[in-house]
Amino acid sequence: MKRFGKLARHLAVFGAAVGLMMTTAVQAADTIKVGVLHSLSGTMAISETTLKDTVLMLVDDLNKKGGLLGKKVEAVVVDPASNWPLFAEKARELITSKKVDVVFGCWTSVSRKSVLPVFEELNSMLFYPVQYEGEESSRNVFYTGAAPNQQAIPAVEYLMSEDGGEARRWILLGTDYVYPRTTNKILRAFLNSKGVKEDDIMENYTPFGHSDWQTIVAKVKKFASAGKKTAVVSTINGDANVPFYKELANQGIQAEDIPVVAFSVGEEELAGLDTKPLVGHLAAWNYFMSVETPENEAFIKKWHTFIKDEKRVTNDPMEAHYIGFSMWVQAVKQAGTTDVDAVRQAMYGQKVSNLTGGVSIMNTNHHLSKPVLIGEVQEDGQFETVWSTDGLVKGDAWSDYIPESAKLTADWTYPWVCGNCVKPNHMTN
Amino acid sequence: MCAVLRIIVCVFAAALASSAAAQNDETTLAKLIRDLGQKSFAKKSEAIDALVSTGDRRVVTVLEAMLARNLFRRKADGAILLKFDKDGKAVFQDPLNQAAVADTKKLKKVRINNKLRKKLRGVIGSLSLQDKDPAKRVSAADAVFKSRVKGMSGPLQAALDTEPDDAVRDRMRRALGAIQLVHSSNPDSRIAAINTLGDFIDPDVRSLLNSLLVKKSDGVFAEPAKRVRDAAAEVLHAAERSAAFWDAVQNLFQGISLGSVLLLAAIGLAITFGVMGVINMAHGEMVMLGAYTTFVVQEIIRTHAPYLFDVSLFIAIPSAFLVAGLVGVAIERSVIQFLYGRALETLLATWGISLVLQQFVRSVFGPTNREVGTPSWMQGAIQTAEGLTLTYNRIAIIIFSLVVLGVLLLVLRKTWFGLQMRAVTQNRSMSSAMGIRTGWVDAMTFGLGSGIAGIAGVALSQIDNVSPNLGQTYIIDSFLVVVFGGVGNLLGTLVGALSLGVFNKFLEPYAGAVLAKILVLVVVILFIQRRPRGLFALKGRAVEN
Amino acid sequence: MMRRGFVLPYLTGTPLGGRILIGVLVLLAVLVPALNLAVSPDSMLHVPTYVVALAGKYLCFALLAISVDLIWGYCGILSLGHGAFFSLGGYAMGMYLMRQIGDRSVYKDPVLPDFMVFLNWKELPWYWSGFDVFPFAMLMVLLAPGLLALVFGFFAFRSRVTGVYLSIITQAMTFALMLAFFRNDMGFGGNNGLTDFKDLLGFNLQSDATRAGLFIASALALAAGYLLSLFIVKSKLGRVLVAIRDAESRARFLGYRVEYYKLFVFTVSAMMAGVAGALYVPQVGIINPSEFSPANSIEIVVWVALGGRGTLHGAALGAVLVNFAKSYLTGAAPEYWLYFLGALFILVTIFLPKGIAGLISRAPDSRIGITGIGRRLSQFFARRAL
Repeated sequence: MKRFGKLARHLAVFGAAVGLMMTTAVQAADTIKVGVLHSLSGTMAISETTLKDTVLMLVDDLNKKGGLLGKKVEAVVVDPASNWPLFAEKARELITSKKVDVVFGCWTSVSRKSVLPVFEELNSMLFYPVQYEGEESSRNVFYTGAAPNQQAIPAVEYLMSEDGGEARRWILLGTDYVYPRTTNKILRAFLNSKGVKEDDIMENYTPFGHSDWQTIVAKVKKFASAGKKTAVVSTINGDANVPFYKELANQGIQAEDIPVVAFSVGEEELAGLDTKPLVGHLAAWNYFMSVETPENEAFIKKWHTFIKDEKRVTNDPMEAHYIGFSMWVQAVKQAGTTDVDAVRQAMYGQKVSNLTGGVSIMNTNHHLSKPVLIGEVQEDGQFETVWSTDGLVKGDAWSDYIPESAKLTADWTYPWVCGNCVKPNHMTN
Repeated sequence: MCAVLRIIVCVFAAALASSAAAQNDETTLAKLIRDLGQKSFAKKSEAIDALVSTGDRRVVTVLEAMLARNLFRRKADGAILLKFDKDGKAVFQDPLNQAAVADTKKLKKVRINNKLRKKLRGVIGSLSLQDKDPAKRVSAADAVFKSRVKGMSGPLQAALDTEPDDAVRDRMRRALGAIQLVHSSNPDSRIAAINTLGDFIDPDVRSLLNSLLVKKSDGVFAEPAKRVRDAAAEVLHAAERSAAFWDAVQNLFQGISLGSVLLLAAIGLAITFGVMGVINMAHGEMVMLGAYTTFVVQEIIRTHAPYLFDVSLFIAIPSAFLVAGLVGVAIERSVIQFLYGRALETLLATWGISLVLQQFVRSVFGPTNREVGTPSWMQGAIQTAEGLTLTYNRIAIIIFSLVVLGVLLLVLRKTWFGLQMRAVTQNRSMSSAMGIRTGWVDAMTFGLGSGIAGIAGVALSQIDNVSPNLGQTYIIDSFLVVVFGGVGNLLGTLVGALSLGVFNKFLEPYAGAVLAKILVLVVVILFIQRRPRGLFALKGRAVEN
Repeated sequence: MMRRGFVLPYLTGTPLGGRILIGVLVLLAVLVPALNLAVSPDSMLHVPTYVVALAGKYLCFALLAISVDLIWGYCGILSLGHGAFFSLGGYAMGMYLMRQIGDRSVYKDPVLPDFMVFLNWKELPWYWSGFDVFPFAMLMVLLAPGLLALVFGFFAFRSRVTGVYLSIITQAMTFALMLAFFRNDMGFGGNNGLTDFKDLLGFNLQSDATRAGLFIASALALAAGYLLSLFIVKSKLGRVLVAIRDAESRARFLGYRVEYYKLFVFTVSAMMAGVAGALYVPQVGIINPSEFSPANSIEIVVWVALGGRGTLHGAALGAVLVNFAKSYLTGAAPEYWLYFLGALFILVTIFLPKGIAGLISRAPDSRIGITGIGRRLSQFFARRAL
């Protein structure tokens, strides 16, 4: 009997483990489900938690206005914990088990690349809100963040101009991963095309979370003392920005002497910094919280009410989600269904009013046409726009400054129907 | 831009120097001030030029306010108002006659960009050469150096002649040398200027000298005379040699400051690990709690007692010690005390505690970085003439870490509590037999170690992020330092931390940040093979378990 | 004669938990693919594909846990860097899969993977050569972690680095490897890692049949790893290992060359971890340097502690349970799952020192097990009252 009891206990535990593995959750069928795939813990939680809250706010807002196609919309939140394989697993769970119709998510390029095969295999739709390096255009992803030609190139052009200080020497500081590497490759080609010589460009890469910037800032000072006006282009990501700016301030580098333009520093990152010594340093985005338009004020007010904290800031990826979500809703209404293929067709050409007072348009390469704003850091942690493009800039997935990419085109409508072709797929004679 | 600035400041200086009946037309001045509120940056620049050329002294106040972003434009009629802080409240007044203004509806700040900022600094700086405050005179001289306006050589010479302070005189000589170099038409006086500048080999001077050797777009050198170029090249060459020496000194300073950071982070661990044999994977979270305590203290000060901001760190240190120490005692009483003698189990349990603490802080404070400000006495750096930059915050951290180490050694060696702690480490059962309350000593020791970690968090908040992940970045390094220096030996921790820091920093300029770190790790691994118990190993049977 | 007597005691000597483990694995290896492929998706019995991939991942983790239990539970070597061996095996497999992509990549270069194209590299570095051949890649799956373990272990054990010091330097090792692999200049894809795999040995990685095949392979590898470990610990060598764990100096003085025993079992464990990594990568579709992170390695030890140190089947159980809990909780309670996980670790360490396997196989008068817990709790409260 004892042996049997022992056996039973063993079997029970093993069986429970196996059985639990097999269960699939059954969901209520009468809501439209929107998946939220943002890290709520781990290194990326700092940036991504705000985006999760943004989507929740947008869904809440939509439900207050009567829902979508007569049904309520439900946000399904999961935590991929800044773990890239877990991103793929959670994406699969959202699509096959929780049966979401669309997913808003990802931040780092790694997370996007690890979920890409899942979305392509299961034919679902991802809205990716973060500025990135381009070199991709998937049928199943809509990129609502800036491509390099909507951020990096205009920023460098501004710094070269008289208003921006006529920089002639360039320091490209980046975190060591694909976004800075690709962006710097594009920028180097662009600078060369404008006549900047190779020894007037310095490139330096640091690991994620690098916290001791003494040596590198000293190097910056040295490079800048060669007699020409020098500017720093920073693709430093995440946590490393805080000690970097602190070191810059402490070593006395002022923005009028060596301006630093950053692509991954927004209002959220500035909230963790003492911005008084940083006044005058720059950032390039498609949106700033300080832009005064009725749409922006309404959005900020809604955000403060939702998050119950007047001190919270808004930033560009939040606006990207706002634009993406609004476009998706419009597309669903136009198509009359949430079926992915139908909604995709309805997405092309969708127009949504920006929060900065213009219009964003979704192109057939799955990228947006957006305005570009260059802003200077102010003491209160906001950006003050000092320059903006006259019109909209169309996002270019395949940069013209990288030879292998220049010949590629992304266009998911007939006759191209591909994300990276040299010539159209379906040539009619 | 420089040409225009040159002309108008020239005119202004002349106007001041002559002190003739300057045109004091109120309406013109008022109109020009109103022009400052225009939208276009170019038009603002013109308005500044025009204002300066009136020669009116009151223009300085207005321009200073514009630089400090204290100038506002009333939307209704376009009037410009100056913001003034009176007892913490914002008061608006007319810029010309300081009369208080009642109608302050719909005010918008007058915006400036980097170009305007540079211009404003140059202009204002030049006008403060005779200020009462020597620090302002130094920054005025430096501003003149940066803008290098020809018309300033007269006023600069005048100020130099009457300047009592040696340090200020040096900066003025430097600025004068720059003006002579850029504007003098005589090659000999240019060479003389280069020799003057040769006394100052900071990066800005080197940049100026280098700019002479740059070829313009048409292939001609910026500096036409060859012997002047040669003189500049010679000075630069000499500067390079001594620059190499000063670079090494700079590296040493950076290495020591990195070592002091490592020391602070590791010292609490040295106690809990070395003295108690407890592997505390939640040690990083104690550091994080200390950093967040600093944040909370500063928030309270910001809202209720802003005048205390400069001493906020002194208030934060004991608070952080208490908070982290209490949490440490709580952890010890609730979890660790059941796991004594099982070092590896304490590792696992404290790992679980670290997860819980991280998530707790994330829920309470949010996952984003929190702003911890630096008190004014810790901002900036000592900039020597040779280009050495010693940042104040790092100097403070070096001193602080040594003080903490000293206090800890005192506690261990000279106090009764320290004696009990050492007794329990060496032979627990005997100490208990002698009447020492080992349970209490354990709890207090763990609390002490955690409290020190909290204090480390206060220091680290000055140079690094304050986020829930703060602990994770320091835990590996802390363990490496403790193991490298020898478990149970505080002086070993000191030597270990400093040597690892200096070694890392000396490698970094050659190998890059990542390779330097990897090399340091490999060296530690190899070192442990040679001396398995670390640099300063404790000997004895009790340690061998 | 000796042959028969050798195998039979070996089989009957398998503890009950182990026999159940093998039984369950065989059952799963048959049922799961069948229920996934043969049964239609609408039926209640259908096992969705993502569950197959998930279960396969758990099995790989179980194999990894067994490799750690082998050296920790039976030899007292606490390696806090076993994630390094797992990841090295994973990278070897990943490199093979990258070579298989050929010109189906984004930049369509037949030889160079995408990340090398955008880094402007002109040719494949020497350490990538040979990885287009499957047997070589499989050999490297075993050799890369094995060689690292051999070299590292040789120097460490020969210098008699033990206990906590060894654990810390294994952490340093995996941390250094993580930093190295994060560097784009190393040629392993940097932070993006190796991803976008298309097929393995000609089988499309996205198809259900391949996933099922990988699942079966994982189950088989787990069973083989378990049996191999069991064989080692039940043999005379295993006895020496336990002696080393319990009293290393004494074993040395009795004449056993302790270093070589430790080195052997450490290398075998590393190779098992490498195999686990190699099977893990095609099932999750990506290998990235964060697998080297010290936190991951500590988690493996937690799985083993939770499941039951010193019982191989316990380690497998612990790995499956913790990872299942993670998967479930990150979906069900995304804001709070870390609390649950942390609390789990704390409670298990205090109340279940022999892990869950110990809980199940309670000895009647031991301090652990369900009645044991009751006893401990009452003691705990009694002490408070005093």
